[in-house]
Amino acid sequence: MAAALINIPKKAKRGDIIEIKTLMSHIMETGYRHMASGEIVPRDIITGFTCRYNGSEIFRADLFPAIAANPFISFFTTATESGKFEFEWIGDNGFSGTASASITVE
Amino acid sequence: MHRLIHSTRRQFLSLAGGAAVAGAVPVVTLRAAEATPAMLASAIRQVVGDAVVRTGKVKLDVPPLVENGNTVPMTVSVDNPMTPENHVKSIHVFNEKNPQPNVGNFYLGPNAGRAQVSTRIRLADSQKITAIAKLSDGSFWSASVDIIVTLAACTEEVI
Repeated sequence: MAAALINIPKKAKRGDIIEIKTLMSHIMETGYRHMASGEIVPRDIITGFTCRYNGSEIFRADLFPAIAANPFISFFTTATESGKFEFEWIGDNGFSGTASASITVE
Repeated sequence: MHRLIHSTRRQFLSLAGGAAVAGAVPVVTLRAAEATPAMLASAIRQVVGDAVVRTGKVKLDVPPLVENGNTVPMTVSVDNPMTPENHVKSIHVFNEKNPQPNVGNFYLGPNAGRAQVSTRIRLADSQKITAIAKLSDGSFWSASVDIIVTLAACTEEVI
């Protein structure tokens, strides 16, 4: 299981705009590099990321080899109610990672 | 610089020689895999279709001079309210000279509160990057920034 880091505020007031920061450890091998022997190192990247807030999708991203290793993505959302953020990364070679974080909205 | 690649060897050498005399020849490593302006244009067309892309609203925040192209912090923000009637639907980032023209597509919803996305990208060369935002009314807005990269990413050798 790959390691993910999630940073969201634990508490927020209803209607606050909060920042969600995510980081997933992954090599993000571009598929454009060569080994000394001349062979191409096969591509191995994360291709998709989604974030759901209490089950409904609030953010989605398509990633390409031009995203740096250990993809860091941060975005914003409005805190509407207490609940759970679920994060999912999918990628080449069947890569899949998930993480979740809870928030209390007052 | 990319134009030189398509010109003849003689033109290239004479130009390079001229530049050397002027004392301003940059160190250029030619790479086989490089997105061309045509690829960039077609990648943008795939996203926007036939719509007109206007300049403005979008702010693309990247350092103008980058030492290491392997990880370049980038923030794209769009100066637009985020309401159900009028919001930013997606943000698309493109580059000119990486092997592929796409960098990332980010899809937001009306609840995002603020149309802003940050990530870290790779740049294979000094180049222009372009961010395009799609609004809920179907219009497209863009911003471009030129970046100078001293150590390139993506295509370097593995030991």
